[in-house]
Amino acid sequence: MTDSFVQLSLTPILIGVLASCACALPGNFLVLRRQSLMGDAISHVAFPGIVAAFLLTGTLAAWPMLIGAAGAAIVAVGLIELIRRLGNIDPGAAMGVVFTTMFAAGVLLLEQTGARNVHLDVEHALYGNLESLIWLKGTSWAALTDPEALAALPPQLGRLALVLLAVAAFTAAFWKELLIGTFDPTFAASVGARPGLVSAGLVVTVAVAAVAAFDAVGSIIVIAMFICPAASARMMTDRMGPQIGWSLVFAALAAVMGFVLAAYGPLWLGGRHSLSAAGMIAAVSGAILAGAALCGPRRKGTRAAA
Amino acid sequence: MNAPVLMAEAGRRLGADHPESPLAIAGLTVAYGGKPVVVSVDLVTPPGAMLAVIGPNGAGKSTLLKAALGIVPRVSGEVTAFGQPLREARRRIAYVPQRASVDWEFPATVLDVVMMGLYREIGLLRFAGKRHRERAAECLRRVGMQDFADRQIGQLSGGQQQRVFLARALAQGAGLYVMDEPFAGVDAATERAIVEVLKDLNRAGRTILCVHHDLSTVKDYFTHVLIMNVRRIADGPVAAAFTPENLQAAYGGRLAPAQIGGIAAE
Repeated sequence: MTDSFVQLSLTPILIGVLASCACALPGNFLVLRRQSLMGDAISHVAFPGIVAAFLLTGTLAAWPMLIGAAGAAIVAVGLIELIRRLGNIDPGAAMGVVFTTMFAAGVLLLEQTGARNVHLDVEHALYGNLESLIWLKGTSWAALTDPEALAALPPQLGRLALVLLAVAAFTAAFWKELLIGTFDPTFAASVGARPGLVSAGLVVTVAVAAVAAFDAVGSIIVIAMFICPAASARMMTDRMGPQIGWSLVFAALAAVMGFVLAAYGPLWLGGRHSLSAAGMIAAVSGAILAGAALCGPRRKGTRAAA
Repeated sequence: MNAPVLMAEAGRRLGADHPESPLAIAGLTVAYGGKPVVVSVDLVTPPGAMLAVIGPNGAGKSTLLKAALGIVPRVSGEVTAFGQPLREARRRIAYVPQRASVDWEFPATVLDVVMMGLYREIGLLRFAGKRHRERAAECLRRVGMQDFADRQIGQLSGGQQQRVFLARALAQGAGLYVMDEPFAGVDAATERAIVEVLKDLNRAGRTILCVHHDLSTVKDYFTHVLIMNVRRIADGPVAAAFTPENLQAAYGGRLAPAQIGGIAAE
């Protein structure tokens, strides 16, 4: 299977791992801030940004869309803050209003501008299409040293690598601010650690990770990538640094095992078809979470006694 | 001249009038959703004071301090610290929030939390080093928590958690300590330990402001008092301001007159 493995499985696995890790990193902070569903909400907010980027550039190229999504996330953060301040509305309600309104604005924008002919595959949008991100020129392991073959790698691979790098750089650069602002926002404000600005930065990071991972796993399953590895990691350790490490291990594990089980699992069981890789990745994430909840050294109940 | 310029001007005057005051507040007003919770409060904290902010529940005590430190937005009012605008004096102020305001299940050890007090010293885009960990450990020793450095913070009692917060404030090496109910829900031993640390700081010239609830300990712990109920009722040295009349004015019918008289006369 080795040759077809490189061609058909290597790049989807790598892309899955990169997407998983890019989402898991900010996911740690979302879970601790009790904003786990922010990933879901943000993928809705990103929509008008993506449409606007398409209208401005006239292409479906990935980078303008990422920038559009990030811009939309910034607008959303500003609007939520504005509504909270002006209307004295609880933050959850302010978020709900902004996210749905922006998504609706994206739908109207798409319809009003004749862009509705752009093909939007609903199934692709919901579940992603990891299996299609194959490396046609990667006919054997030797292709890894062949410049011509390397140039034909799916563009998502390089893009996700860059996004993961950016997410990791943000997390490392503002580690203290993220930690203080997540644990104790009032104290953070008192020492000038700018918790509001850091929260906004986190939302933009989540938006970029969500949109970049969109190709691989779709807009629904990406939520599992934000939440599951981080929530599982919380039950393994009582310190933030190690928690981040565990979450990355779980994210990578879920991506690899999910893809392999989806692609080859049915064959091993005598079936003929493969299963949805994105679905299997989310299922494996859920299984890891269940395992951590049952046997993690720092799950609830063990902590008080420790 | 437009309004912000006028406000900045007023701030400079406040700072010029009270260059020594660790925290000077003039006409501070805060509203939550249109409802005023602090109205036009003035306070000039004398240097070296140990000042209790007292008043009934909902009197706006915590809000006053949070607004003074720029943690919640204010409608109007000027604040200077050590004669400077707040932004420039931030590193000289240590703020201790209410213990109940954070999630103690957070994945952090006692030492991790104390290190947060070194945030400004470590600086932007830098990580903590050995020197910082030693400083944090020293601050833990000062509150008697050195044996708990590696403990997850959720495994501590309420009193121990409050000591960790105090150690974090000590790590800031500030000239002004602003504390929100440091004695709420702590055991008697912790309360004594915290008071000792605060009195040590005070003897070393630090100024301390506490939101305080227990009227029976005001005279033992504090030198100055601010009595408020949305508005300022009275402030000054405990002997002068902590009177039955002022308490009656702040608490109204919520304390029996005999109770108030007893506390103030003790």
